[in-house]
Amino acid sequence: MARRRTNELVARKVMFAVTLLTALLTPLILLGLLQRSALILETVSLRNLIFSGSWNPDEGEFGFAPFIAGTIWVSGLAMLLAIPPSLLMAIYVAEYASKRLRNFIKPLVDVLAGTPSVVCGLWGVLLIVPLIRDYLAPLVGVSTTGYSVLAGGLVLAIMVCPIIVSITDEVIRAIPMEVREASLAVGATQWQTVKHVVVRKAFGGIVAAIILGFGRAFGETMAVLMVVGNVPTLPRSIFDPAYPIPALIANDYGEMLSIPSYQSALMFAALLLLIVVFAFSVAAAVLLRGFRRRYGLGQVT
Amino acid sequence: MDRLLEERVFKLLMQLSTLLIVGALLSIVVVVFVKGMPSLTLQMLTQTSNGGYYVGKEGGVLNAIVGSLDLCGGATVMAIALGVPTAVYLNEYASRSRFAAFVRNSLDLLWSVPSIIYGVFAFILMVYVGLGTSLLGGIVALTMLELPIMIRGMDEVLRTVPQRLKEASYSLGATKLETAVRTVMRQAFPGLMTAMLLALGRAMGDAASVLFTAGYTDNLPISLFQPVASLPLAVFFQLQTPFPVVQQRAYASGFILLVLILSLSVFSRLISKQFGRYTVR
Repeated sequence: MARRRTNELVARKVMFAVTLLTALLTPLILLGLLQRSALILETVSLRNLIFSGSWNPDEGEFGFAPFIAGTIWVSGLAMLLAIPPSLLMAIYVAEYASKRLRNFIKPLVDVLAGTPSVVCGLWGVLLIVPLIRDYLAPLVGVSTTGYSVLAGGLVLAIMVCPIIVSITDEVIRAIPMEVREASLAVGATQWQTVKHVVVRKAFGGIVAAIILGFGRAFGETMAVLMVVGNVPTLPRSIFDPAYPIPALIANDYGEMLSIPSYQSALMFAALLLLIVVFAFSVAAAVLLRGFRRRYGLGQVT
Repeated sequence: MDRLLEERVFKLLMQLSTLLIVGALLSIVVVVFVKGMPSLTLQMLTQTSNGGYYVGKEGGVLNAIVGSLDLCGGATVMAIALGVPTAVYLNEYASRSRFAAFVRNSLDLLWSVPSIIYGVFAFILMVYVGLGTSLLGGIVALTMLELPIMIRGMDEVLRTVPQRLKEASYSLGATKLETAVRTVMRQAFPGLMTAMLLALGRAMGDAASVLFTAGYTDNLPISLFQPVASLPLAVFFQLQTPFPVVQQRAYASGFILLVLILSLSVFSRLISKQFGRYTVR
């Protein structure tokens, strides 16, 4: 008995220590990046870092504006492309599709959602980039290499769609049946019920789904890096190349070691990215928490 | 009756959207299969690549296959070692405490961290202890990537284990630990496996986190402290070259990677049915 009690006590302490360690990982990452970017934050003003457009690491000029703009262009375009079809598909799968169709589509999309980002990038290079270069750009009278904001946006959109579809579907299905029945009983069509009742009730959850998708798009690195062109200028159209922040970090890690201020600047870029993503994540969690309390929604992501 | 027309129009739009998204996702598989299948020769699977990933001569991608298995194997073992105790502690010891809420929130945030950040952070740690790009560095980065996925999955599964099962165990005089290991974890085993495989699949496909930490090499991995190749980076690096021989290797790597990940994903879904026979309902 004594041995069993000792086992219990030791195991409890060990498990507590391990749990504490994993829980501290998030604050540690944040602090690590903050500490590493201290050097650049001391020498260059925050305003200069974020709004200046001149990027000459060798002369100590670190203006992140082109990269921030690149990130916003690419992920913004991806969201514009992804949101309408994703929401329509989620409503279709949750409200209209037969049980058989639903049981076929859901697992299929879940499995395909696991496609690694480099494979999505490979798809972009082989299919999307030539498509833009040879068909889409000539159609509007622009000449481009195909490596552009549009290519990045399209590849990101297809990566974000499964996330939005899956969460929106869960959220919509958590809405109680009685709510729909009340609407149908007074003679509304199914679409009217969806539009005026279901979507209104599920609104918070749908916004959370979109925010979580946006967060993913913001930090996605490899797939975008492979198709977006990586030229540090402010893009003027969707056919221009761009250079998002994650791509910058991925490309320049080799050079940064030799110049301390350069390394610190890249760490600052990573910190910036992390803070934005955390803000998205917290916003989505708050929205979903309210929703969960009302309808008993499970873990959705 | 234009509301009936509206119904028809939107139903059509919804069907088109579904087709568009499913079709686009399937087209990824089709493109990678069409390009990758012809490049996949026996040599591709059994030889390492020659002459660097950029210039390159003949050879296969064995270095990347073995490297990926080593990286993900190591990271999964590490993540299990840290993740299982955490999930058990959260559920059996601290289930509704404020500490558990703090841990869960922290893990939720960790889940949203972009994989490039895991790479950057692991790189900071490596510089700190004086470690260069290596298998060990890659394992550390991938462990951080796997942890929140694994714990979240396991946490959900452990929560569904019925209270009466634990009570039966306690009533026989078992301690909490004995109940957790012999009863709760056995009952939850299929779900724990699914969570593990899900995390493994994510680690295998991730390129951004191993980019600075594991590096890339033409050689087979022999030591924890040497750089190691991986399938995602084999796609990324070898695609950028102008040489067709090397590009073939990128297509083949993409094909192998996609097949591995899709089959892992399908397998992890089937497994819960298979092992489900041994649980109490």
